[in-house]
Amino acid sequence: MVVGGGISGIQAALDLATAGYKVYLVEKSPTIGGKMAQLDKTFPTNDCSMCIESPKFIECDRHPNIEILTYTEVDGIEGEAGDFKVKLIKKPRYIIEGRCTGCTTCVEYCPVPAGDPFNQNLSNTKAVRIYFAQAIPLVTYIDPETCLYLEDGKCTICEGVCKNDAIDLHQTAEKVEVRVGAIVLSPGYEVFDPKLRGDYGYGKFENVVTSLDFERLLCASGPFEGEILRPSDMKHPHNIAWIHCVGSRRVTPGDNSYCSAVCCTYTQKQVILTKDHDAEARATIFHNDIRSYGKGFERFYQRAENLPGVRFIRSYVSIGKEIPESKNVTIRYSTTEEGVKEEEFDLVVLSVGMNPPADVEGLANTFGIELNSHGFLKTNPANPIETSRPGIFVSGAFQGPMDIPESVMTASGAASYCGQLLSCRRGKLSKERMYPPERDVSEEEPRVGVFVCHCGANIGRVVDVPSVVEYALTLDNVVHAQENLFSCSTDAAEQISNTIREKGLNRVVVAACTPRTHEPLFRDTLREGGINQYFFDMANIREHCSWVHSREKEDATEKAKDIVRMSVARTLSLQPLQEFDLPVSKTGLVVGGGLAGMTSALSLANQGFEVHLVEKDTDLGGMARRIHFTLEGLDVQAYLRDVIRKVYQHPLIHVSHDATITDVSGYVGNFITTVESEGRVKVIHHGATILATGADEYRPTEYLYGEGRVLTLLELEEQIARGEERLINSQSLVMIQCVGCREEDRNYCARVCCSQAIKNALKLREINPRMDIYILYRDMMTYGLSEDYYREASDKDVKFIRYEAHDKPQVEAVEEDGQSILRVTVTDPILGQTLAIDADSLALAAAVIPSAGSQEISRLFKVPLSPEGFFQEAHVKLRPVDFAADGVFLCGIAHYPKHISETISQAYGAAGRAVTILSKDSVIASGAICEVNESECVGCGACQSVCQYGAIELHDTRQGKKARVIPVLCKGDGLCNAKCPTGAISLKHYTDEEVFRQIDAAVPALRGEVRSQRIENRIV
Amino acid sequence: MGTGFEFKPRILGFLCNWCCYAGADLAGVSRYQYPPHIRVIRLMCSGRVDLAFILRAFSNGTDGVFIGGCWLGECHYITEGNYDALSMMHLCRKLLEHIGVNPDRLRLEWVSASEGIRFAEIMNDFTRKLKELGPLGIGEGRDVNGLKLKLEAARNLVPYIKLVERERLRVHFDTEDEYNEFFTSDEVNWLFDELIGDKLSLSQIMLLLRERPLSTGEISEILGLSLSEVSRHLNISARKGLTRFSERQKRFAPA
Repeated sequence: MVVGGGISGIQAALDLATAGYKVYLVEKSPTIGGKMAQLDKTFPTNDCSMCIESPKFIECDRHPNIEILTYTEVDGIEGEAGDFKVKLIKKPRYIIEGRCTGCTTCVEYCPVPAGDPFNQNLSNTKAVRIYFAQAIPLVTYIDPETCLYLEDGKCTICEGVCKNDAIDLHQTAEKVEVRVGAIVLSPGYEVFDPKLRGDYGYGKFENVVTSLDFERLLCASGPFEGEILRPSDMKHPHNIAWIHCVGSRRVTPGDNSYCSAVCCTYTQKQVILTKDHDAEARATIFHNDIRSYGKGFERFYQRAENLPGVRFIRSYVSIGKEIPESKNVTIRYSTTEEGVKEEEFDLVVLSVGMNPPADVEGLANTFGIELNSHGFLKTNPANPIETSRPGIFVSGAFQGPMDIPESVMTASGAASYCGQLLSCRRGKLSKERMYPPERDVSEEEPRVGVFVCHCGANIGRVVDVPSVVEYALTLDNVVHAQENLFSCSTDAAEQISNTIREKGLNRVVVAACTPRTHEPLFRDTLREGGINQYFFDMANIREHCSWVHSREKEDATEKAKDIVRMSVARTLSLQPLQEFDLPVSKTGLVVGGGLAGMTSALSLANQGFEVHLVEKDTDLGGMARRIHFTLEGLDVQAYLRDVIRKVYQHPLIHVSHDATITDVSGYVGNFITTVESEGRVKVIHHGATILATGADEYRPTEYLYGEGRVLTLLELEEQIARGEERLINSQSLVMIQCVGCREEDRNYCARVCCSQAIKNALKLREINPRMDIYILYRDMMTYGLSEDYYREASDKDVKFIRYEAHDKPQVEAVEEDGQSILRVTVTDPILGQTLAIDADSLALAAAVIPSAGSQEISRLFKVPLSPEGFFQEAHVKLRPVDFAADGVFLCGIAHYPKHISETISQAYGAAGRAVTILSKDSVIASGAICEVNESECVGCGACQSVCQYGAIELHDTRQGKKARVIPVLCKGDGLCNAKCPTGAISLKHYTDEEVFRQIDAAVPALRGEVRSQRIENRIV
Repeated sequence: MGTGFEFKPRILGFLCNWCCYAGADLAGVSRYQYPPHIRVIRLMCSGRVDLAFILRAFSNGTDGVFIGGCWLGECHYITEGNYDALSMMHLCRKLLEHIGVNPDRLRLEWVSASEGIRFAEIMNDFTRKLKELGPLGIGEGRDVNGLKLKLEAARNLVPYIKLVERERLRVHFDTEDEYNEFFTSDEVNWLFDELIGDKLSLSQIMLLLRERPLSTGEISEILGLSLSEVSRHLNISARKGLTRFSERQKRFAPA
């Protein structure tokens, strides 16, 4: 069972279900989607958030192994790991889910306006509503607090207008009990609410909004259709201020002492988007440290900072007043040059942080788990995904503030943990659908059936459906046409498959809504009806017709007829295509024997898969061998020894040392990798690959590095662990941060160094309380819960001095009183003074840099590198451990610098993803891919030159070179088809002939000619 | 009441599945209204749009063709076919111009899945522009059948144009401006005239002659080419053995 249907819960459910487990996905709100659905775009790629998330909704919805229970809460839980009994309460929606088709007629007629929670109550919806347009399930619910009937027993309009009798105003809460083997908790977080105390005038001044309010304002599906209008007068604000760290990084009661980890970068995103909306807009950001610690964040920050009219001001602020006439708001702040100032803004956005989920104590009690002092889950740094109760795992922001990719990778990790617990039961409850055998129609004339949907009133009110049906019957080859109230309803789908059998249909057109959501459903219907699923086309007469031409009924009806005609014409050329199964070799290959690689290998092996672990060094351990303790107090060496022992002892893990990979071939499910190890050559057949090749430490060339007293942070740590006398007895130690990164040639933040510096400072403070410790930094990147350690260090008199990138500290060796000392001079930008510190020891926070071998690995496995030189995942937000190449996964610092607990999470995540492939007997490849007609091919290679997937190869035949498609690699975009001069290569299901038929059928007058005229798709 | 007939432009749209088609869906979900003139063909990627599709559409009398893809850098595929769509669009506009079809009848836009409003706005704007231009051919002040012939001639050349594109016009830039600049550069204009322009004229002449033998003067009149140009092409084609001069008819005919 996965509790929480945000992005993290969705990912955990999908991974588990795909690996062959039955999953209950329980969500307390009316739809899955969580907070991510409310975001406009996601940093640092500015992808549309809903667009990338909603396909996952549909995947969940259609997955035979996932049962989605929305509007449901967990009431109690009994039992133990492997056998839990969970009591659920399904809250009344007052809608019968199975009957509601999401047509929204009831919403239209509902007389009660109510604040729209999805839009942060910035706009209104009705008392009966759908949470948002892409909701899963796409059914309405009634808000009992605003519904007139539920309040006072008046009004039953919705009941009257619902044609499907889906409304049940007498529904009551329902108790359900489910038995599950393991539980993943993904309850997410709450947004800090500044209204409680009226921070910065929120709730009092209309033009002070939170960042989530602003997110909705930015969004095209938001309250003003993507126009940024401020609440007081619905005018465009041109001068906007953002205030950072609202509710975060403070110890005052009601605030959170931790850093919320995402606000800096989402603010920059909002600034960039605001400038996209209104190039003239001025943006002012009042900030503390800018925490650009993530992959691509530093460049993103620079992008925002370099926009015209954007000011980043490092200052604490307080809100001044609201100007009565304009409702503008003033902010008081101070700068080093000008002192305290007060400035007026049209709109103020509060970059609010994350709180633990609502009623977290109740949650902890229900599940019997422990929380930390902040109210997030108490985690063990070595097992960040486990809770204090066996069999219950955690993913997402309940671990502490985190961004979407971490939420996704911990979700895959939690799936992996469940797998370790339940692997013996994998596949026992999983369902596969059974279909009747497919009829061979190759000898038949096309017999087309057309089903035109009313979609309640959505289509029928605008388009004259009966006349479209009548028209369809006049088209050539159409042998059946009918109307449906809802073609997508279960009974209609059944009726379509019956009609296919009864009338011998071999082509089907459904004229209804968009194929992007419903094509899979109807393809299924064709399979049920016993014909190939590719004999189907969808005529989109709702999104592309009735909904957008609602005032031009006649024209819309004509258009609907045209669309149907084009669809019918297309189906005549459709070919039956086979999705093919490729067998999967159930062995994993893990490249890199560091902590990441070993953790992944163990997790795979614990789930019953054979693993080859390949390490280039003579010993396992990687970078972790040089780390002795963590901020949270983990004894890294002891932990590492334990992991190494487990790896060597595991019967399913085969380790190769001193190994070099010489060749990689194959594809998902069937890779063949050749490894040379200790003088022997091994050929490994494996179904999935995990790359965990680690990273290196930068060797500084600056700050007198090479001198005995100048160390990198890792060297410092080694000396502390060894108890090096000279170091420990130092009177004064200086650490310089950002050495070799956040610079032009290494334009990224190495993420871990600030916490490392604090960790070492605290350790030294413990050993030698009299030592003067200075940390010279640019921005302290102690994101998330590690902020507490920053505060602790500061309280323990570790001195933090900020320096500017353009005015770096200077280090010189000077002789004084016969002693050689290191003199560090640095300009404090706040005091404006230059300080000179005499240090006995100097530690440099040398950057984590991409491993020397990454380019070779990148070439061998055909996976890309990011601009920083680390491996580039398939999607920075939603596929953080996948590569674009199927079957290859990524974890650890090969992906980007990260802390040990993050590495462990990600390693479990990669294993979880790999299991989704290894657990299957075969992988399915789409039928809509390219093929070559060799007799037409002239071997020019035009197709091969544009196929970035490497799916086309040229091979020698007696007739010369010919192109050949490697089906598993082809993704079906069809660029090659458009480039081929002879028409030899074609994208199946979108062939020239099929498209030409549509083009011709688009013109009503040409209809007759189309059939008589032989379609010439190649005119040479 | 109205005396004139209202021109309803016929528009054909090729939309990529991942961005523009989804954007058009969102326009629907959000109920943004736009004129009912577009007919949509869904493709997986704007890079799949073949030059021949567009020429065929115009040849069928379509008044405007619209291509909608993902924003540059946001293609769903690592092949980034939207860049190729952009190149193809530029090339096609040059062809259309050469033939005498107003190139503004072909429009390419990037619409992301979240830009429903943008899709509707583009539809409004494109319809308005096409109404200004008038029906295909009539708007250009040209004979519709003449244009059809020319479009067909161009369609015959598609395989050759694809080769030229690959050998000489395959470029990759980061921004649309750079593509604009490249495709309007003197170098490309020269290449176009040199490699495609002549072939196109010849292809048109051959198509005409296949219907019936014609004199230089007649060809020049039908195609709107100068006499000297026509004779130059006829000389070349005769030398290649494509046409012959019939002394009896005083006309040229296919060999």
